[in-house]
Amino acid sequence: MTTSVRFRVLRVMLLAAFAVFFFGPLLAMLDFSTRGAGGGRSWDAWANLVQDPELRSAIVTSLLLAVFTVVLSLVLLVPTMIWVRLRVPWAGRLLESLCLLPLTIPALVIVVGITNVYQWVTYLLGDSALNLTFVYVVLVLPYAYRSLDSALSSIDAATLSEAARSLGAGWFTVIGRIIVPNIWTGVLSAAFISVALVLGEFTVASLLNYNNMQVVINLLGKSDANTSVAASLAALVFAFVLLMLLSFVGRSRRDAEGA
Amino acid sequence: MSRAARLTPALALLPFLAYLTVFLLVPTVTVVVGAFAEGGRPTLSNVSALGDPVALQTLRTSVVLSAVSAVIGAVLGSLLAYLIVMGSARSLLRRFVTSVSGVLAQCGGVMLAFAFIATIGFSGTLTVWLRDHLHIDVYGSGWLFALPGLILVYAYFQIPLMVIVFLPALDGIRPQWREASVTLGASGWQYWTKVAFPLLRPAFLGATLLLFANAFAAYATAAALVSQGNPIVPLLIRAGLSSEVLLGHQHLAYALAFEMIVVVAIVMALYGLLLRRTARWLQ
Repeated sequence: MTTSVRFRVLRVMLLAAFAVFFFGPLLAMLDFSTRGAGGGRSWDAWANLVQDPELRSAIVTSLLLAVFTVVLSLVLLVPTMIWVRLRVPWAGRLLESLCLLPLTIPALVIVVGITNVYQWVTYLLGDSALNLTFVYVVLVLPYAYRSLDSALSSIDAATLSEAARSLGAGWFTVIGRIIVPNIWTGVLSAAFISVALVLGEFTVASLLNYNNMQVVINLLGKSDANTSVAASLAALVFAFVLLMLLSFVGRSRRDAEGA
Repeated sequence: MSRAARLTPALALLPFLAYLTVFLLVPTVTVVVGAFAEGGRPTLSNVSALGDPVALQTLRTSVVLSAVSAVIGAVLGSLLAYLIVMGSARSLLRRFVTSVSGVLAQCGGVMLAFAFIATIGFSGTLTVWLRDHLHIDVYGSGWLFALPGLILVYAYFQIPLMVIVFLPALDGIRPQWREASVTLGASGWQYWTKVAFPLLRPAFLGATLLLFANAFAAYATAAALVSQGNPIVPLLIRAGLSSEVLLGHQHLAYALAFEMIVVVAIVMALYGLLLRRTARWLQ
């Protein structure tokens, strides 16, 4: 038994060392962002998150981008994936490799090559930071695909759709009212991971000269480091809450299967 | 079924394919074509510019940064994954660590740079504390903003990525295998060296390659941290994109982006091969 006790102590000590490495910087951010003049505590930097006009509008932009990205990626992906499963299963592998392609093509490469496409986008839709939605849909594609794919694999889509079709349902009813309600957890996790990714996105926005939250956080770092550290910490915590909720969504699905 | 009847339902995929063509394939093709053309004529001058001393030195630094941070991330990340996997699969610890890992590995970017500026930057919490209490100068000459600092901050997102990638492989190790080897008289050491490590090796090497590609293509953290010079490839691409005054720099950006595609594609192809070997027993 002594080896197992020693092993357990070692495990706790190693976990503690990892905790220091990973939470040390986060606690330092809290300390840094609440430092007041003359050694006191001050929450001014945190108040700036809503008071600084530039930062506030950038946060709103990022939140809107997150919403638009989630909606557009789901509208594109959900019907396509269901349709492939039901009617064109031979295209399944093609769809998968296309959806996972953005993992192998770095966002930086896409930005370098996308200038011409974006000239058209701004020509057609006007010059707005919300145009970033179109690239962001591509960036979240692999993650959204995986969430939806695992949800779709856990239901018998073919039987469900045959049952609905034999009762007279059209394809829109089958997809919208039969399949989608059954993969709701997958849709939800796709949405959560997309929101987390969009809120953290910097590369594309910065190089296409649009101001989203991360770009402004980076700009503020030069003039008002306390505020940008506060904003960084807030965004990290928010993303953590999203992913933690996501892990519970995933669990309730597995539990339902086990029951 | 006739060919037409087979293909008609596939028409519904057209909107999706058109979207990906415009926003993913066209940009990629633009980069590749741009690397080999200038003013509409094919040329090798852009790609040969990759061979000049500055571009080569940058590539070398990028490779060193990616390799070192990938190895650190792989070793420490697999250790952390192992420490977690010893608990229950649904434990709160595991859920907590995977969520934190997800945030740091996938959405960190700029914010991780600020985390370290707040910790060991010039007026960072740890810097100030050590300076006041132990008279140690951890800031030094600003190493945080050069290659050593980049390695440290990259480890901060590489270790979590390793945890996410390596956990499924560790889950694939069945307790029955350990029981079987113990029944056959193996010691714990023999089980690890003769059974577990050989089984995990392809997954470990594959994950290390994935980490390398991840670091090689990462931009945000370095962009926020480094303001002087362009020590790594992604930052040199930024310089190529933003300096419009210098003619021909756009094409250097194309060539560098093409270089990045080639490096990442080679690494990811090897990763795919190793993944297939892992998939044989990881069901």
